[in-house]
Amino acid sequence: MSAVFQPIVNLGYWLWGLLTTVTVAIFGNEIAPYVLYGVNILLLIVCIVAPLMLSVAYLTLWERKVIGWIQLRIGPNRVGPMGLLQPIADGVKLMVKEIIVPSGANKLLFVVAPILAIMPALAAWAVVPFDPEMVLANIDASLLYIMAITSMGVYGVIIAGWASNSKYAFLGAMRSAAQIVSYEIAMGFALVGVLMAAQSLNLVEIVRGQQSEFGVFGWFWIPLFPLFLTYLIAGVAETNRAPFDVAEGESEIVAGFHVEYSGMTFAVFFLAEYANMILVSFLCALMFLGGWLSPFPASWGVLGASSFLWLLVKAFLVVSSFLWFRATFPRYRYDQIMRLGWKVFIPVTLVWILVLGAWMQTPLWIWWKS
Amino acid sequence: MRGTGNTRMTFQTFIFYFLSTVLVVAALGVITARNPIHAALLLVLAFFTSSGIWLLLQAEFLAIALVLVYVGAVMVLFLFVVMMLDINIAKLREGFWRYLPLGSVVALVLVVEMSMILMHRSGGFGDVPMPPSLPAGYSNTKELGLLIYTEYVYPFEIAAVILLVAIVAAIALTLRKRKLSKYMDPSAQIGIRRKDRVRIVTMASEDRQDTKESGKADGEGKSA
Repeated sequence: MSAVFQPIVNLGYWLWGLLTTVTVAIFGNEIAPYVLYGVNILLLIVCIVAPLMLSVAYLTLWERKVIGWIQLRIGPNRVGPMGLLQPIADGVKLMVKEIIVPSGANKLLFVVAPILAIMPALAAWAVVPFDPEMVLANIDASLLYIMAITSMGVYGVIIAGWASNSKYAFLGAMRSAAQIVSYEIAMGFALVGVLMAAQSLNLVEIVRGQQSEFGVFGWFWIPLFPLFLTYLIAGVAETNRAPFDVAEGESEIVAGFHVEYSGMTFAVFFLAEYANMILVSFLCALMFLGGWLSPFPASWGVLGASSFLWLLVKAFLVVSSFLWFRATFPRYRYDQIMRLGWKVFIPVTLVWILVLGAWMQTPLWIWWKS
Repeated sequence: MRGTGNTRMTFQTFIFYFLSTVLVVAALGVITARNPIHAALLLVLAFFTSSGIWLLLQAEFLAIALVLVYVGAVMVLFLFVVMMLDINIAKLREGFWRYLPLGSVVALVLVVEMSMILMHRSGGFGDVPMPPSLPAGYSNTKELGLLIYTEYVYPFEIAAVILLVAIVAAIALTLRKRKLSKYMDPSAQIGIRRKDRVRIVTMASEDRQDTKESGKADGEGKSA
């Protein structure tokens, strides 16, 4: 595997060497390291965001295809072979459309809202590890960082709803704010269980904690099963996806918080929602499904080796289940959502944290031990 | 942030001044903004920037907790409430000049007190030592957890109980049975079965009277 990539790696090293020489020639020895550091980080960010945006584009196509198949339709098949160019066409369409700012809207906040929605969806990726080495910022408290950053995503929705000066948008924003704040508690408790089991807040360490001789059964989805389910469902609710999409609820409030948005401003909300979906899937895969660890025994050669590709496969399965949920379940009523969040998930997670704490003190705990 | 005698601007100093400027501007904006929503959003910015300053002090747990708790939860609820209120700004500004003298005296006293404390503690602003560089493998979160659950366990528990009491009180205040609300028991809703609602009756269809050849009546009628 590594032999295939070796020429690319060599080319990368050569280009970096060239860049270093040029930078030193321009800025001198004093400042060049700082400039190079900044350029390095920027390049790494591009390496994460560009594939992410591409996957967002093709996730929309995959969603329409999957839901089409589930509903015995074909899905988009006109643009390009098998409809493969559909996301590009959609992107171009959204880009050339006019951006309409409603009269009476707060212009500044109306434009700021989509930016605030996508900022956390992208910033959270800074600490997501793809491999023990492939991580932009391997910080100690990465789990906390992700919780803090993703909790800011709600501002985009609230501000969009308020700045639009529209009843429907405002109703959608109110629903979304209440929903996200409620489910964040259950989600936080689920993460507390993960950090207890892994004895670390670092995502790389959390995956390492799932490495054992038990293979699939050493991953945290077994000891933390209720928390895994809670996290998955709360993740669906946090990203405002069906069946928790009352914030958009097209049959009741048209399109909810983004009803007044058009063109690229709407597209940014769309990007943020899908980037968040992919993020939640990656986190699910990392924290409960063993991340880059292989489900097969190590003696199976390439299949048994832990690899970045395993993480992709797991995240893909989780994100596809999001689409499956959307095609299967009817939308929850608002009071049912609140009941599920407060009266089911929070007690379940609290009880399981207690059980986990007791379990970890007994010899029956066969998972990670510090 | 500066080392003693060394006045060279490091990158950290630059970040510190940048964050402080944003913080001060945002904080001023909170009290001068005419629109309460703008004030609340500027407060969010102020929280976020101060968490950046805490990060500079290598207190990463506190910095992230500040964002998580204040930006992610408290201010969302604040905004939620402020957006729903119909605040009349003109009415709020009515007594401005009447209260100005008293207000400025209070503000002055506050400023004097704060500057006394700041001046006294270290003999000036410039001499606060840099936090010591930490050994590898040092975990801010772990140290804080150890402190909270050993040395400060009673204050911590008491604070937790006080918060719990506040939650219970808030729920008790708002929990009242409204006779008019149509409450459905979810478990009863889920527990419903088809036979509770629908009765399926099988009937033979009748022969048509007007034609002769309607002999083949399909016996398995599915009328429900």
